This record gives sequence, C-alpha cells and structure tokens, in this order.
Amino acid sequence: MLKDQDRIFTNLYGQDDWRLAGAKRRGVWDNTKKLLEIGNDEIIEQIKGSGLRGRGGAGFPTGLKWSFMPKESDGRPNYLIVNADESEPGTCKDREIMRFDPHRLLEGCLVAGFAMRAIAAYIYIRGEFVNEAIHLNEAIQEAYADGLIGKNACGSGYDFDIYVHRGAGAYICGEETALIESLEGNKGQPRLKPPFPANVGAWGCPSTVNNVESIAVGPEILRRGAEWFAGLGRPNNTGTKLFCISGHVNNPCNVEEEMGIPLRELIEKHAGGVRGGWDNLLAIIPGGSSVPLLPKSICDDVLMDFDSLREVQSGLGTAAVIVMDKSTDVIAAIERLSHFYKHESCGQCTPCREGTGWMWRVMQRLVTGDADLEEIDMLIDVSKRIEGHTICALGDAAAWPIQGLVRHFRPVIEERIKNGKAVKAA
Amino acid sequence: MSQVITTGKAFEFTPENKEKAAVFIAKYPEGRQQSAVMPLLDLAQRQNENWLSKECIEYVGQYLGVPYMRVLEVASFYTMYNLKPVGKYFLQLCRTTPCWLRGCDDLVKVCEDKLGIHNGETSEDGKFTLLEVECLGACVNAPVVQVNDDFYEDLNAENFSALLDKLAKDEVPPHGPQVDRINSAPVGGPTTLLEKTGDA
Repeated sequence: MLKDQDRIFTNLYGQDDWRLAGAKRRGVWDNTKKLLEIGNDEIIEQIKGSGLRGRGGAGFPTGLKWSFMPKESDGRPNYLIVNADESEPGTCKDREIMRFDPHRLLEGCLVAGFAMRAIAAYIYIRGEFVNEAIHLNEAIQEAYADGLIGKNACGSGYDFDIYVHRGAGAYICGEETALIESLEGNKGQPRLKPPFPANVGAWGCPSTVNNVESIAVGPEILRRGAEWFAGLGRPNNTGTKLFCISGHVNNPCNVEEEMGIPLRELIEKHAGGVRGGWDNLLAIIPGGSSVPLLPKSICDDVLMDFDSLREVQSGLGTAAVIVMDKSTDVIAAIERLSHFYKHESCGQCTPCREGTGWMWRVMQRLVTGDADLEEIDMLIDVSKRIEGHTICALGDAAAWPIQGLVRHFRPVIEERIKNGKAVKAA
Repeated sequence: MSQVITTGKAFEFTPENKEKAAVFIAKYPEGRQQSAVMPLLDLAQRQNENWLSKECIEYVGQYLGVPYMRVLEVASFYTMYNLKPVGKYFLQLCRTTPCWLRGCDDLVKVCEDKLGIHNGETSEDGKFTLLEVECLGACVNAPVVQVNDDFYEDLNAENFSALLDKLAKDEVPPHGPQVDRINSAPVGGPTTLLEKTGDA
C-alpha cells in the first residue's frame, strides 16, 4: 500500500482547511519561485522523466503534450486549459481536488502554464459543480491577493492569470476541442483534428488541454523529483492515482493509491470489499463508463494501470471503478450507459447521433428479452460501424461498453432472449 | 426541439448583475465577448427564477452583440439552461449506472409517491420539479440528487423522504452526505491519510 508520505492529495476528504492558510500548511505554494527557476524546458523534461501520463482517461504522456506548444510566439499567446468537466460516469476525483485542495491545482496551473509559455489558464469546470467553482474562485482571489499569481507571480517576474469558466451540462465538453468550442461561447461540438489545439486552440491560439489531476500533481513531482514519481507504480505506468470506487462495495470512496495496485486489493483495503464478499462479485467497470467491463475471473488478479488493463481489452480510463455484485442485472447496467451516450451525443456525426439511439433501443429490448438472437451480432456490427467513424471518441465510448458486455456475458443475453420468447409464447 | 417561451415581459440585468456581467466579460480576450454567453445565460437564469424566457436569451445576445440565434443555439444545447419554468426546488436526480446500482430508482418512487410528480413534471404547488439527469459526478456518494445548486448524497428512500419534508417547509438542510461519513471517505473513517497533516 502507498505510504501516506507519498500521497499528494493530503486533503482529499476535506479534513483540513481548503483555503490558502491550510494549503500552505500542506506544502502547497512552498517556494514555487524555485520550481519556476528550473526553467521552461527543463520542467517539461522532468515531467517527461516522471512518466506522468494524462489522468483524464487517454493516458497520453503529459510532458510530451506540453512540449508540443510553440516555444517562440508568432504574436499569438499560448493558453493552458484545464479540463475540469468531470462527467465520465463513475468519476468524481477532480471534484475533490477543486473543493478541498484548489490551491494545489492553481499552483499546478502556474507551473504548467509557465513551462508551456502560456499567459493564462482557463479552468473549464462542469456546470453542476457550483460549490466547487465557488471554492476555486475564492482560492484564485486569495492567490492574486498573495502575489502567487497575476503580475510577477511568486516574485518570478512571470505574469500569469487564472480564470474559471463554468460549463452547463454537456458530457461532450470533456472532449478537448468541444471544450474549446464551449469556451468560445458555442455549442460544444468537437472539431476535426488537425489542426491540433497546440497549433490552433482557444480563440485561434496555441492551447493545451490537461485534466485537473495531471496539472495538480506537477509541482509535487518537481519538488520531490521525477525519480520519486517514476519509482512508484510500474514502468510506463508510474506514480500515484486517485481512484473512485463506486457501486456494490461496502464502503464506496475515493482514495489515492499507487498505480498498478491489484484491483482486488484496492477494493478490499479501501472500500470495505465487495458487498457479500469477493465471491459475490459479478463484474467491474475498471475505468469509467467508457471502458469495457471485466468479469470476476479477470478482476481476481488484474492490476490497475494503463497497460495491464489494456492487455485484458479494457482500460484504466479515469480509474473510476464501478463494482457490480451478483444481484446486478448486467444488461440493464449497460443499457443505462447506452442511454447516457445517446443523451450526450452532440449530434454532429451521423454514425454517433443515429447509432447511439439505435444501440440504446436494442439494448432496451435485450433487457426485457424482447429480441432475436441474431440481433446480438447485429448490435456488435453496428457498434463497429460507429467505432472509429466519428470526429471524436464519444462514438467509441458508446460502442465499447456494449462490446464488453457481449464479449463476457453473451450467454446471459441469450438466456434472456430465450426466456423472453418463452414468456411471449405462453 | 425545445420550444422557447415568450412571456411578454422585458428582461434586464439588475445593476448588481451588470457588475457581475462586466467581470465575466473581462475574463476573455478582447473582442471575444461571445465567450461570456454561457456565464451570462447562467446569470440571467438565476435572476429569472431559474429559467430562461425568450426575452432573457434575446437580452444576453444584445448585451454581448451576438446574434439571437447563436445564443439560442447555446441555450438549447446545454441541459442546465431551463427553457421552461421549474419549481422552487429543482430536483435533478442522477439516473446513471453508479447511482442506479445504489438505488436511485427508490428515489424516483419517493418523488412519485410523495410529490405526485414524474420525470420532467412540476408539483401542483410549484414547489418541486423532478428531472432525471445523467451522471452528476459524485459517484462514490451515490445515489445523488442535486437540489438547485447543492448535491445531497448517500440518499435512500428514508433520508430522501425526510429531505423532501424539510424542503416542503422551506427548511434547507446541510447538503453533502446524508449518512455518517466525511465527504468521499469510506463510511467508518478514512483508510489513508491517518498521519497528521504536516507529519510527512
């Protein structure tokens, strides 16, 4: 188990004061000037060296992403954009950072913004997080008043502003180019790439969009050293990670653990175990709603990191662990997710707009068994026609849970259909 | 598509909200005031009893020099802009899988039994509106209902019913977990961060 001294989010549960005084007590804003003195490019090198991979779901190497930003300005300013649109079902970790440790995020914005030569950060927070946005805004006021951000931030000679932009209820705005559209005051519909945001992002300027957790861990990595972070977890899957454990466990919770912790250990140490015991486990969605579920046989010994979960045809995603015990109607559990994607499709690409609705309607009939056996293959076929054929990954995300369900629980679906037919015949 | 309601009543920001609007607009680069469409729609909604009439949407467009249609596009795209009146207590009940696994269906039933309202409906006295929404992002405290701005967490039929009783009397109890736990820490107390802050 990760030692407390290696934990970054030391106010995860809000036990301590979230304001500036409390944050400083926890080591946030401790000689940040010295971190900036490391220098733009060297900061990026150290983040690369730490092995940090994006905490928002895709797992792209964070330092590498920062390095895509132009080093010389052509007259356009660079922007850092923080993706705080946390909406992936199962995920509720960035919320804790923003309401209980907002200064850790702000310090991260300064350091990351400085490294990528940005003049400002925009934190795009989902609209429902009203109270979290209030904490963030108050923390920003405190940071300005204390000279930590704004003109000559932390006495570094560097000017840096931070702003909060609230969303208004659209999952799609977690997609980086939809987020940028939304920031510009438009409908949140993703853009075609290229151009990538690092060339043409917000208001036509170079921009980098990073998840809250990715940004918030930056200063601590620099303070303790890239090798400290890289020494946690496994190669290519380093560091600590916030896990959200929901569903059928005795004590659902958020917890910061080491990357690569066995799934079973994570649940039994921190969430009080599966309701009714490990043997009562049916399946787990290990990384938020978009990743395929895993049956118990895989959950028994899988490790919680990017590469391990990829090997079992799932993913770490946002590290949101959704646990389902044997009482669960697993078809209905996935049908709910299909409804989610149908509801959240932005409507721009036909395969997604039409396909998510089509898949949800079939899934509804699979729940009641009012379907034909051939429709299972047809459903998979349709999901493959959506996957990879849309501008953004929402189409993929809608397809994968269904593919996972059929991969692991096909006999359950078939039995439901047979029973449905029997009921109809009677 | 959503129908926009015309009330015939002109809308204008209060002086206080004009000051707030100026702060919002100043956040964005010069000439990019369209970026303030979202915060200004939110501001208008807050001033207008939590919903946006056609007049509100037109006003925000004029305020920012953005065509009405561009503002309407935004107002109708995002679910948090209410294009029709809602009750004094707007109950947004999360229906997505993590909340469903923890019994959100029981909460829907409480609304039906107690308030006589179904998804999308407002109670006769105008006090409550129920809307089933997608994931609210508080999944380890499921099931969750957002009442206006606040999340009420770890609900069940009993404590949700008690919450509605209080709201009916215009008593607004503290939001957050409605069972004995510290925010998103496990019930029974944290398994981590047991060393005192600053010890490390």
